[in-house]
Amino acid sequence: MSKEIIISVQNLMKKFGQFVANDDLSFEVYKGEIFGFLGANGAGKTTAIKILCGLSTPTSGKISVAGFDAYTQTNKIKHNIGYMSQKFSLYEDLTITENFRFYGGIYGLNKKQIQDKTKQLLERLKLEDAKDKIISSIPLGWKQKLAFSIAIMHDPKIVFLDEPTGGVDPITRRQFWELIYETAHQGITVFVTTHYMDEAEYCDRVSIMVDGKIIALNSPKNLKNEYQAKSMDEVFLKLTRN
Amino acid sequence: MNTILHILHKEFIQIFRNKTMLPIIFMLPIVQLLVLVYAATFEMKNINMVVVDQDLSSKSRALVAKFEASPFFKIQQNTFSVKEAESIIKSDKADFILNIPSGFELGVLKENTGNIQLLINAINGTTAGLTNVYATSVIADFNRELIIESINILPPAIQQVINVEYSFWYNARMNYKIYMLPGILVILVTLIGMFLTSLNLVREKEMGTIEQINVSPIKKYQFIIGKLFPFLCIALFELAFGLIIGKLVFNIPLVGSLPLLFLFAAVYLLVALGIGLLVSTLSSTQQQVMFVSFFVMLVFIMMSGIFTPTESMPDWAQKVNIINPVAYFMEVIRMILLKGSGFMDIWKSFVLLFIYAVGIISLAIWKYRKVA
Amino acid sequence: MQLFRSFVKKEFYHIFRDVRTLLILFGLPIALILIFGYVVTSEIKNAKIAILDHSKDKITTEITNKILSSGYFILSENLKSAKQIEEVFRQGEVREVIIFEPEFSKNLSKTGQANVQIITDASDANTANLILNYTRAIIQDYSMSLNKIPAQSIKIIPQTRMLYNEELKGVYMFVPGTMALILLLVSAMMTSISIAREKEMGTMEVMLVSPLKPLQIILGKVTPYFVLSFINAVTILLLGVFVFGMPVKGSLILLLGESMLFILLSLSLGILISTVSPNQQVAMFISMMALMLPTILLSGFIFPIENMPPLLQWISHIMPARWFITVLKNVMLKGTGLLFVWKESLIMIGMTVIFISMSVRKFKVRLE
Repeated sequence: MSKEIIISVQNLMKKFGQFVANDDLSFEVYKGEIFGFLGANGAGKTTAIKILCGLSTPTSGKISVAGFDAYTQTNKIKHNIGYMSQKFSLYEDLTITENFRFYGGIYGLNKKQIQDKTKQLLERLKLEDAKDKIISSIPLGWKQKLAFSIAIMHDPKIVFLDEPTGGVDPITRRQFWELIYETAHQGITVFVTTHYMDEAEYCDRVSIMVDGKIIALNSPKNLKNEYQAKSMDEVFLKLTRN
Repeated sequence: MNTILHILHKEFIQIFRNKTMLPIIFMLPIVQLLVLVYAATFEMKNINMVVVDQDLSSKSRALVAKFEASPFFKIQQNTFSVKEAESIIKSDKADFILNIPSGFELGVLKENTGNIQLLINAINGTTAGLTNVYATSVIADFNRELIIESINILPPAIQQVINVEYSFWYNARMNYKIYMLPGILVILVTLIGMFLTSLNLVREKEMGTIEQINVSPIKKYQFIIGKLFPFLCIALFELAFGLIIGKLVFNIPLVGSLPLLFLFAAVYLLVALGIGLLVSTLSSTQQQVMFVSFFVMLVFIMMSGIFTPTESMPDWAQKVNIINPVAYFMEVIRMILLKGSGFMDIWKSFVLLFIYAVGIISLAIWKYRKVA
Repeated sequence: MQLFRSFVKKEFYHIFRDVRTLLILFGLPIALILIFGYVVTSEIKNAKIAILDHSKDKITTEITNKILSSGYFILSENLKSAKQIEEVFRQGEVREVIIFEPEFSKNLSKTGQANVQIITDASDANTANLILNYTRAIIQDYSMSLNKIPAQSIKIIPQTRMLYNEELKGVYMFVPGTMALILLLVSAMMTSISIAREKEMGTMEVMLVSPLKPLQIILGKVTPYFVLSFINAVTILLLGVFVFGMPVKGSLILLLGESMLFILLSLSLGILISTVSPNQQVAMFISMMALMLPTILLSGFIFPIENMPPLLQWISHIMPARWFITVLKNVMLKGTGLLFVWKESLIMIGMTVIFISMSVRKFKVRLE
């Protein structure tokens, strides 16, 4: 596998006044991999993801996403990434199709592209029959998958998932990860934050963050070997106890 | 451009799908317009009065009859005690007491002077002043008749008279409604437009959908325009609807150019909606937005000269009004509709509001941060 | 009780954390009172007039000077021809044009008559009327001074007494009006929005499954706003009394009691609005759009109710503010006691009961 670097972060610092949210982060993400970004709540995951998405400006450090600079080329970055937050930002009072049309539209897809993509993505989710349902009337699991589909509608190079499985039952979570695998197979890099350690097992590589710092970065297998643990959960516990 | 169209499309779907808001947006203002225009009147009719005739003479009865015949007064009660009359005023059943003491006729016949007393409930200073004016004129009339009756000749001719002729332009029948209707309409249109705009943006913040938009490559100005335009349309539509009602129900004159009015209205609404957007970019909850906009609007409306002429306001208040968009539109809509003022008459207000609109919307765009 | 107290505390925290809203809550009554006290006045001052003087002789100049020195008028411009009249009116500033006929003094001394024409911009009928009356009075006055008044034959002397407000101060109207407006809007808006917010955010469900009784939840939501509104009422009263010299002739206790009653009434109206609103937006539009203008216009605050058409007079009976304003005026200005305001008080109590029972019914339906 060729290791083309798609996200490169060197010495990223983000401070809010005295508080240091991201302390000297350095890591690389390769094209087509599933990169897990782990940490407890408040460890600084969301801050970092916001910087990578161009929603927030770093205090210092050298960051490039999809080949673009995170200080000066945020708009170019935005064209090349997809984003799905823990809130599943769908409009509750619009139908499924209308949500697709709107989000496709603001990414500059034309009418034909929107129609094709909508059809293709709904087929994959087997939700063609529900396409005119209002979002507020559909189950949470559907909303989550739809939000994900919308995030990759414009074929981004990278998709950022911020706690995508919060509040969803285990079966739906499993199905959701199947979607993630499929996406990664198509060559889209997946950058995912989570605090479910079992999900970390599904990632190609994971980084573990504690108090704004990355304290471990490797494949789950190597991490388990290194810390002589049976599961990622154990790895995490061992790391955070120190 | 395409991006903006997509936002507009979405906004319009959302507006027309909301079945609880639609009647509030479209029906409530119209009903209010129909009802409230009738309420806004200073015309005095039926001033409730109490007569205390302690003289019970033919002259005193003649005076009372004069009041009875006047369109301004309505006799509620007759009594013989001033005390009782005052308690009627206290209980709010009347606002004016005509007290004719005993010996009134005698005085008129013997000494050529008759004393009477007018007691007016003056809690509302304005109406009390008017009541006094009307009562005095009834009495002056009565006085003149007495003179004619007693001398049976006209009073000696006065040598020099200045005749005052007068005419009321633009509203010969002194219909106050045609003045109030545009004023109330301006307020309704502004309230609807401004609150819909400001609540809309902050709602996206509360729901979290704004994040999804922020990570997209959409430009700030595209987003702001997409948020302004739908509500501009709704507000202009309501203005048109209100004017049609005004024409059909109240027969308000539409003297001036309607295209000019709508052009001006559009610029004005950009300012009002822009203020709404600015407030919402600076707030994080709907509650905050609405209290701030409520405050701003209430102050603007009260100072706009809807009920009272702006030139009577103190200097500092007139200076404050330079930044009050409602005051500009309040003046101009009445000028165009009632007097037919043209562009040359209102260009100063137009230019000022235009600069204001550009300024406030740029500020809103600048303050709207895609970056957290 | 312990539970309830901690709940009320939580509501207070919510309110005090949002400094901006708090500032507005307390700033609004002050701003409005000052605006009504100093800005909004129906008196005529500095009305702009134009003069078209075809004579420009001694008498017309004297009359002009008299008019301009009255304080009511400011000369905007001297016109040269009748054609300009339409123009100055259309530009909007000039409210009245006074036209002196040619050879004014000559006519007056030769024929004993001279003509002045007054044209007013009557698009604002009310102001036009006032301006015309002032001008006529000034000219009449001058006309009288030209002649020696003939010995008066019969004279009826009306002696006018302005009851309750000898100086005809406007403050007696706007203090009660502002108080009713602010208390009603702020209380109804705050309660309806904060309850609708809990519904929208789903936190209402959380509270409903808690051991708190629905009544306790509502009371808990309402108590802080009751306190805030009462502070507002006192602020307005203090401003009215100490800044604008509004008297309090009746019992202060009765006054405060009636204010509390009205606040309760407004809060229960707010609760009712929140029960019929699915979200904050609707709650807000109802409490603002449906209450603001009708309260200003139909409560007798600015326009006297007696002048309105019968249908509107009837509608004004359902405006809660109308009754409160009547009570305020009675107690503060006329110094009457409960004997004179028991009817209004009963109506307000009745309205409160109706609003609350309607909310309770709505609330129960939702729960079932």
